[in-house]
Amino acid sequence: MSALFALLMIIVLLLIPIIGTEVLGLNYVFGVVIPYAAIAMFLIGFVYRIVRWASSAVPFKITTTCGQQKSHPWIKSSSLEAPHNTWGVIGRMALEVLFFRSLFRNTKADLREGPKLVYGPSKWLWAAGLVFHWSFLIILLRHFRFFAEPAPFFVSGLQALDGFFQIGLPIIYLTNVAIVAAVTFLFLRRLYDPKLRYISLGSDYFALFLILSIAASGILMRYTGFRADIVDVKQLAMGLVSFHPVVPETIGVMFYIHLFFVAVLFGYFPFSKLMHMGGIFMSPTRNMANNNREERHVNPWNYPVKTHTYEEWEDEFRDVMKAAGMPLEKEK
Amino acid sequence: MAEKIISPEELAGGIDYKPKKKTWFDPTVEFRRGTWNYAAPAKNLEYLDLPNPRKWSPTDEDWKLPENWKEIILEGLRVRIKRFRSLQLFMDICVRCGACADKCHFFIGSGDPKNMPVLRAELLRSVYRKDFTMAGKLMGKMVGARELTVDVLKEWFYYFYQCTECRRCSVFCPYGIDTAEITMIGRELMNLVGINIEWICTPVANCFRTGNHLGIQPHGFADSIEFAVDELEEITGIRVDAPINKKGAEILFVAPSADYFASPHYYTLLGYLALFHEIGLDYTWSAYASEGGNFGLFHSHEMMKRLNAKIYAEAKRLGVKWILGGECGHMWRVIHQYMDTLNGPADFLEEPVSPITATKFENARNTKMVHIMEFTSDLIRNNKLKLDKSRNDHWHPTFHDSCNPARAMGLIEEPRYVIRACCNNFTEMPENTIKEQTFCCGSGAGLGTDENLEMRLRGGFPRANATKFVHERDGVNILLCICAIDKATLPPLLEYWVPGVEVGGVHEMLGNALVMKGGKPRTTDLRGEPLVGVAQAEEEKKEQEVSEDA
Repeated sequence: MSALFALLMIIVLLLIPIIGTEVLGLNYVFGVVIPYAAIAMFLIGFVYRIVRWASSAVPFKITTTCGQQKSHPWIKSSSLEAPHNTWGVIGRMALEVLFFRSLFRNTKADLREGPKLVYGPSKWLWAAGLVFHWSFLIILLRHFRFFAEPAPFFVSGLQALDGFFQIGLPIIYLTNVAIVAAVTFLFLRRLYDPKLRYISLGSDYFALFLILSIAASGILMRYTGFRADIVDVKQLAMGLVSFHPVVPETIGVMFYIHLFFVAVLFGYFPFSKLMHMGGIFMSPTRNMANNNREERHVNPWNYPVKTHTYEEWEDEFRDVMKAAGMPLEKEK
Repeated sequence: MAEKIISPEELAGGIDYKPKKKTWFDPTVEFRRGTWNYAAPAKNLEYLDLPNPRKWSPTDEDWKLPENWKEIILEGLRVRIKRFRSLQLFMDICVRCGACADKCHFFIGSGDPKNMPVLRAELLRSVYRKDFTMAGKLMGKMVGARELTVDVLKEWFYYFYQCTECRRCSVFCPYGIDTAEITMIGRELMNLVGINIEWICTPVANCFRTGNHLGIQPHGFADSIEFAVDELEEITGIRVDAPINKKGAEILFVAPSADYFASPHYYTLLGYLALFHEIGLDYTWSAYASEGGNFGLFHSHEMMKRLNAKIYAEAKRLGVKWILGGECGHMWRVIHQYMDTLNGPADFLEEPVSPITATKFENARNTKMVHIMEFTSDLIRNNKLKLDKSRNDHWHPTFHDSCNPARAMGLIEEPRYVIRACCNNFTEMPENTIKEQTFCCGSGAGLGTDENLEMRLRGGFPRANATKFVHERDGVNILLCICAIDKATLPPLLEYWVPGVEVGGVHEMLGNALVMKGGKPRTTDLRGEPLVGVAQAEEEKKEQEVSEDA
């Protein structure tokens, strides 16, 4: 149900640029206004969310330790799983952000006859997640060839690496295949696994469909008859980044579809779960050192509370303590 | 509980990980006997100055909430979003990847989809989205937003008291989302309108008044320590000194109150007493700070602070140099991750140094409280203890990492080092069930009640099942742990799932193995069980007598 709703949303989004450019001829709106608006929404929204998160206090150091603490010098501590200083935290965060360390731990619980519980390794989610995110990043970086003249130094290296196998013409980029495969897997597992289907919201499917649509429209443009004129695309892109936008006439509808989906993604990003991109860096169970007893952590809103003081306590129990011969502060 | 509990095979056979309904938006909960906890009595709420004291039960239709209950909760949520970045972030960044789903012992043992950590959090998130996000206001269900209703509140009560705050899910979450934070804050919100459970509020009220959860008054505390000293003398022939409220002692020792009042905790207490005597430790117990545990942690951050304040206050009054803490799980979460922030700085104490080995406990130099596993492992490492492992030969132990020492401290190897030094037959349970991946006893965070027994048996199933594995494969007959709640709740759990395995503490094993100067030769362990050599000798003697008679 929620997947269907998300699909419907995507179809509506697909029709908007088609009607907008083909029927209404609003090329300037779709080539310039919407991309600018999307970027603005993305930047403002992203910064707003980060500032909002940052303005929330971190009252306690609640590191989740996934390894041995640093105590005795003769017990090997796990500086990446239970980091005791900033360097360890940086290492731990790098592993999380770049290689999805925690997801790599994933297991699958299975209940068998007996009853017997077994836990097998389960790396598919980790693998698909990693492939998807890295492909997305590489594809994004490859697109910088449209935004600068000459293309930035890293682009040609990435393109060469990505097209290493030299299959097809134009050469098929590995990341193009990988991102479609990975996102499709991530979608199918939501449908296939009853637990996943149960927890998945419309917005979960929407994000996957949106990214898949971006990839699909991009691929269609590069490899099929829907090809966009690359010179025109670069002209538009350069115009946008130099704030002198020009809209070439012959750019093609597939390009507007692609651009519109990208704009939707950018505009939607700060209001969605996609903000995990920024959030992961701020997660208090991961980005703090497990040195709680070594270094003091201050709670900015720590307020005084009502306690039961020793004096009150002794007053209440003085008689029985006296009878038991226990030491007292005051005899009566 | 007089009611008949279904057999383990039946219980496990009924677990189905496939959700029965299509969506989770319907909040209706059936309060089935055995799966929830009694409400807190009004008198305890009054004693603690908590809102809305009244007589009520979760099975009542009307929970007698204040008229503006919804406003109170939403305002409470608004305040906490600003106070806890964890909450703010965990409300926003979950992608529902499902990695946490089958990591929760309550889900594994019940198959109830709302026990998947992701969904437990969604119960709160759905309300957050509805009232605090634009998308939720506009898009409603499509983005998982739900109106806060009385039924949602009842659902919160059911599921936030089916979480033991063990943090196993947070180990597997790619963003480190910690359901314990969600549950803790969910419970705080419910507390604002007087929804809380007896097994948390009663121990808390007791602890606030007398100094310990069990409500034992100072003279009763002194009696039970004295009793333990007598008992230890019977076993070892040595009368140890166990000072209480002694000013000027070097070290204040704080243990969970169950250690001196419950079994099998008690044998761990005997172990502490024997150890402190043998090394000649200048220490004191305190009747005022006679509780290391802190059920305030299961109530609210404020209550945790109110109870925890006693430890530093008493250390200051007695003029000790530093504090040593006994075997307890959630107690150590509070001490390691909260105490100094809540009630510090402890600038009146000194950086902890072992008076026996001169080892500086640098990892505790600010909080000034040392875990007894750190302390004892250091003694053993420096050859300060004479240990006769063979005295534990009748035990075949495995070690259950308690949630908080493992996942909030990283105290993993210290207890194993002590166990290996005291026991010949130590065996580990499977990798996915120990250390940072350890499974909860299923009864922590205030859920260890009789009325909640079915849910406890379900939640403890993964732990018991791993124990059963090593029991059958290796003949393991004792599950060691360093947590008072474990020691209280694992025995009935194991009796149900894997009869024939006892529960014990690490310092019980140490007390068994510890060779003490003077005294009499040991014939039994601290439980009064005959030692292996002794049992054999006795049997041989009997046989001899029989043959002589013939």
